[in-house]
Amino acid sequence: MLSGESGEADRFAMSVITRMANAVGASSLISIEQAHLDACALMSDSSLEFIQHIVENGGRVRVPTTLNMVSLDLDAWRTLGVPEDFGEKATRIAEAYKKLGAVPTWTCAPYQVFASPRFGQQIAWGESNAVAYANSVLGARTNRYGDYMDVCAAITGRVPYCGLHRDAERAATDFVIVEGVNESVWSHTASWATLGHLLGQEIGSGVPAVDGLPRAVESDQLKALLAAAASSGAIALCHLIGITPEARSLEQAFRGKRPTRTIRIGPEELRVCWEDLSSASEGAPVDTVILGCPHSSYHEFAEMIRCVDDMGGARVSDRVRLLIISNAPMVALARRSGWIEKLQAFGATLVHDTCPFHSPIVRSDASTVATDSGKCAYYAPGELGVHVAFGTTRECLLAAVRGKVIREEIRWNA
Amino acid sequence: MERIAKAHVVVGGTAEGPLVKSTCPISFWGGVDPQSGSIIDRRHDRCGDTIAGCVFAFPEEKGSSTASAVLVELIRNGQAPAAIITREMPAILALGSIIGDELYCTSVPILVIDPASYDSLADGSRLRISERGEIRLVGNGG
Repeated sequence: MLSGESGEADRFAMSVITRMANAVGASSLISIEQAHLDACALMSDSSLEFIQHIVENGGRVRVPTTLNMVSLDLDAWRTLGVPEDFGEKATRIAEAYKKLGAVPTWTCAPYQVFASPRFGQQIAWGESNAVAYANSVLGARTNRYGDYMDVCAAITGRVPYCGLHRDAERAATDFVIVEGVNESVWSHTASWATLGHLLGQEIGSGVPAVDGLPRAVESDQLKALLAAAASSGAIALCHLIGITPEARSLEQAFRGKRPTRTIRIGPEELRVCWEDLSSASEGAPVDTVILGCPHSSYHEFAEMIRCVDDMGGARVSDRVRLLIISNAPMVALARRSGWIEKLQAFGATLVHDTCPFHSPIVRSDASTVATDSGKCAYYAPGELGVHVAFGTTRECLLAAVRGKVIREEIRWNA
Repeated sequence: MERIAKAHVVVGGTAEGPLVKSTCPISFWGGVDPQSGSIIDRRHDRCGDTIAGCVFAFPEEKGSSTASAVLVELIRNGQAPAAIITREMPAILALGSIIGDELYCTSVPILVIDPASYDSLADGSRLRISERGEIRLVGNGG
């Protein structure tokens, strides 16, 4: 490929892969069997010129490849108020990535809709939450692939053999014990996000091994935890003892090494962290609610519907914009269940393919965002310039109806 | 010209420019304006200064892996730093520099030096960097 006999796109991609292998000191390359590209979410002149250069020179993916978000809701961007020139450029980027031969999943949660790599499989994924999920829940192996390494890996089917692709680097570094927390706390996905936020803060870019969590755990709860941990920190692999396939036991997670330190997390640490995720206090006005970061799953739609049904016909306040973010496959399933109509009647705005951090769908005069996502709560103040009210899904939907921050009691202690 | 350090070359190339030296790690994503080359992270010690055409020294990179794309955009817009010097291998920026080279035939040399050499760098001094990673001080006024 390097000599260019199979075309300029292959030469370009292989040159980047080998030069990066040299830069990071990897002595060999390995094959990958799947890729998830994050670069399609970028909006800049060079991001368009990059993918056009690749595609016009015959670039095609060599392995099954899915796509992260694009910079707009490809169907409804005009009604969402996205400017014409922004929409036009993002659409050209989206078209180029389809020409590459990737599946137009347009989601940050590919593991819930389409892509399900196997245990031990070598893959190359972008998007920090997806990387953490692939490594920690599925047991597949990927580093955090930045732009545009992900694209070059998909085209060549090769990556430098280093980092989390190797056994030794997957050993846990820090031991985290969760104890004394009331079982009911774990029924809220927001609690899992809180734990993830705390792990990211404490561990940074290490590999934690977490013991003491309930073993009966849902995909959405793991998604919330890992998305938050990959936001407040750079966690790409988190061994959840009894859940992560290669961490049936502590010994297995640490691969014979000793923990560099042990951290204990109890109800008080969780409660304080939960409060730290908010900058808006109880009763403060809310003008925007964001659910679906990462993209809402079918079961998260079900939870929203349960909450809406409980509210007995209440509707979203006309001072509030409720944004529910997901991907096309989940929206299609929710529509079949009659939930999309119901949520729209409630006053929600449904958005797919994108997110508020990539697309201008949150109004520029928004001042306070309520969200059940640790990742969204972490990024919103800097990226959107807003205050945040972090809470349960139900608290967020109540905030949408009443136009202010709502807090319900949580029993933290076991 | 006085040689002040010999660096490990992560991405090679020659460069010359005034040194902008920082005490803070930086994420180019959210930290540097891709249109102008100005530092925009309010928590960064050089916020408001430009790195365009300068040798930019900072302890280490942090944060988003999208920083590579910001460096590519800086290169495209002619606002990239002349070179980057750090104490820890900046893999994300190395990627951006390599992509910039492949796409626009312009790379940004990236060098890693030991902490003592890093401390000896004087902010504002004019530096020349060789292909082999030698960092030299260009005499007063160049």
